Amino acid sequence: MTSPLRNPTPALHDRAMDNLRFIRDTMERAGSFTAVPGWGQVAIGVTAFAAAWLAARQPTPLAWLVVWLAEGLLALAIGAATLARKARVVNSSLLTGPGRRFGLSFLPPMVVGGLLTFALYFAGAQRLIPPTWLLLYGTGIITGGAFSVRIVPVMGMAFLALGTGALFAPQSFGDWFLAAGFGGLHVVFGMIIARRHGG
Amino acid sequence: MAKPARKVSVSSPTPVTARPTLEELDRLIHERLRLAIVSALAVNDALSFSELKQLLKTTDGNLSVHARKLEEADYVACRKYFDGRVPKTEYRLTAAGRRALERYLDHMEALIHATRER
Repeated sequence: MTSPLRNPTPALHDRAMDNLRFIRDTMERAGSFTAVPGWGQVAIGVTAFAAAWLAARQPTPLAWLVVWLAEGLLALAIGAATLARKARVVNSSLLTGPGRRFGLSFLPPMVVGGLLTFALYFAGAQRLIPPTWLLLYGTGIITGGAFSVRIVPVMGMAFLALGTGALFAPQSFGDWFLAAGFGGLHVVFGMIIARRHGG
Repeated sequence: MAKPARKVSVSSPTPVTARPTLEELDRLIHERLRLAIVSALAVNDALSFSELKQLLKTTDGNLSVHARKLEEADYVACRKYFDGRVPKTEYRLTAAGRRALERYLDHMEALIHATRER
């Protein structure tokens, strides 16, 4: 196994490229690969349940916000790590493949979400923060998943529906909506994606 | 994406009898149709014999021979059942099969990196 590695000829290089292309083509034809990491979502969902539980017990709005922001960073780390791992399976580089497309469409709503969070917090409109998060996250998933398998935008729409509900619900329901969205939807859709769409 | 080459343990704790050697491991999925079967199953929970046949545009005989080889190596699991009166065969990728595919991908990536660095 090591001998071809030590002295690889251009022909070997071409054959290796050809083999990788063949694997990727087959996976794409087999139809249901998505760069979105299913198991990563399940993990994010579980941490979101814990965050909702913890956030609901915080005495001040600031402490509440800190808990959720920490959860956001944790979810980002889990998401990035599992996305990279899954992209590797089909040898699609994160910066050129479907991961890049997803990232470019997903990122703008997240940046807007970050800005609005601080604006709403300092305006004293904490009630509007949970629906803003759910709505913008759903928007990001829909636009990012537009070219992915259908289940991804469907998940985005589920987030929009929850966000809309949260928009008109009393503030005390905020953590419940966040738990249902970032916890429940992630776990349920994550499991479906992991089982049907390549991990 | 740069990453350390994964160590492949040649001495497996399982009995040596049915275990193919490293060279054979590679060849097992190196063959085009077998590589295609493993790749297709890697992105699907399960595929039936007819789905695989259609997807890979091959014949019954060819597919069953190669699927059997993968089954013998424990790379795919095969389940036969009746859908009403119609016998069906369904294939799934095993954990060993997924590892073999990842190892194969690593091998190909290593080959490509090695030529680039020259």
